[in-house]
Amino acid sequence: MNYWPLLGVAVIVVGFLLRFNPVLVVVTAAISSAMLAGFTVPALLALLGKSFVSSRMLLIFVLTLPVIGLLERAGLREHAQRWMNHLHGLTLARLLIGYLLLRQLLAMLGLTGVAGPAQTVRPLLAPMGEAAAEKILPTLDDADRDELRAVAAATDNMGRFFGEDVFVAVGGVLLIQAFYVQHGIELTPLSIALWALPTAIAAFVIQSVRIWLYQRRLQRRAADASTESAG
Amino acid sequence: MLRIEYAYWLIAAFLLYTGLRNLRERHGWHAAFWLVLGVLFGTGDYVLAQQAAGNALPAQLAGAGVIVLALLAPRLRRHAHVEGNSAEQRLQSAIRLGHRLFVPALLIPLVTLLVALFGAHLFIAGHAVFATAQMTLTGLALACLVALFAAAQVAHAPMHDGLAEGRRLLDAIGWATLLPLLLAALGEVFTQSGVGAAITALAGTFLPTGSAFACLLAFALGMVLFTVIMGNAFAAFPVMMAGIGLPLLIHRHGANPAILGSMGMLCGYCGTLLTPMAADFNLVPAALLELRSPYGVMRAQAWSALWILATTFMLMWLLVFR
Repeated sequence: MNYWPLLGVAVIVVGFLLRFNPVLVVVTAAISSAMLAGFTVPALLALLGKSFVSSRMLLIFVLTLPVIGLLERAGLREHAQRWMNHLHGLTLARLLIGYLLLRQLLAMLGLTGVAGPAQTVRPLLAPMGEAAAEKILPTLDDADRDELRAVAAATDNMGRFFGEDVFVAVGGVLLIQAFYVQHGIELTPLSIALWALPTAIAAFVIQSVRIWLYQRRLQRRAADASTESAG
Repeated sequence: MLRIEYAYWLIAAFLLYTGLRNLRERHGWHAAFWLVLGVLFGTGDYVLAQQAAGNALPAQLAGAGVIVLALLAPRLRRHAHVEGNSAEQRLQSAIRLGHRLFVPALLIPLVTLLVALFGAHLFIAGHAVFATAQMTLTGLALACLVALFAAAQVAHAPMHDGLAEGRRLLDAIGWATLLPLLLAALGEVFTQSGVGAAITALAGTFLPTGSAFACLLAFALGMVLFTVIMGNAFAAFPVMMAGIGLPLLIHRHGANPAILGSMGMLCGYCGTLLTPMAADFNLVPAALLELRSPYGVMRAQAWSALWILATTFMLMWLLVFR
């Protein structure tokens, strides 16, 4: 067994810890692992080039940027915030939990590309969330805004991750099935997808509770601020 | 027929436009970065076709291009762009346009949804409108075009204003755009170099194989750890399955394969939420939302991920050996 390619993993860990530019770290790790595994330079370049262009679909989100840019210049975020201020029943927690549920259900139907950080979080969910948080705590500072946007993006991730494996034709389920078929175990995709359901429910409950706790933390700070100003 | 390659060419055109704009504004490093990436996108199909036909030269050149990108990335600094409109102008525009602003934004998910649901049944003169491969993503690309057109109508702005604004956002995201692709490539290189096999061999020498619980714990934590290293649960799954799941848990301790596979994969997903290596879920959204810390999104979801991991492991322990 050749253990030397493991140094590539060490390059990743050390590189990220020392805060080198991640792009440089990743490429260095790939080169060192392949070299230690005995790849020649031409074979290494070909492998790197081929695997890079094979995953071009990961950059498709950049096509949303012109639309988002144009709409933001025309006031999309300002409008989303103004609108949130008129919806009195829609609290921050209800907004985020509602979005989580919708995202999970869409992912369970195999529709993961419908929502996402570029498609829905930046133009809609984040500004609406900021407006909802401002209703609770009007003195939101930049660090609070950062945290709120991060919670919105995290909620989007949760919904996607713990919904998609319930869908039978999604990559994860098919990968599991294909692995078992290769090793002589026949399973239907449905029997695999079904067992993703308990975790999907648990994830919804856990993330909802954390959103609710986050809202309560903002409410407490607002209460503290008002007693201080009153006292 | 609409194929995903057309979307790649659209992306290439947008990247080249971004590069040329940077060139005109004398941001040389930025220009070089986006131009090289644009060329890689535009020629990707040619590279893959030649590789399949046995000619490795284009793929080698693409590999060299990737290394050039890596050397350029640290030189990209965020430069201040003049915002197109002031906050006051945006607010006035928001009041004037109202809910009409939501229409193009919602068209992106809506058109994508329609293509995903009904795209397979669309025919014009006997020819399928959408190629079956990557249909949802092709739909997303089409949705972006439709939405850009609608946005230009709603905002009474020419479409190329959209390009200029999009380019501003792309420059703000910077090198983070590249990470998802590079990490996918790294996963492939790690697999080909035998990194997975080496880790499994190491784990096998320490594991008390007689204990079902120890094996299950090693399997679940291995899925998480490996996903954290590779940034992708799909890369971790075959490695952990071949190393621990199949020989020890299924064959020796009689674990249920469907439960083990499904919940094991989900343990890996928890790892995805905890690692900068899963850039497209963790670092790219942070850049897209202009957070000051690239790790902001990871911090926000870390506790959720750990709780979900603990719950999934408990469920797996209770169910998998029945």
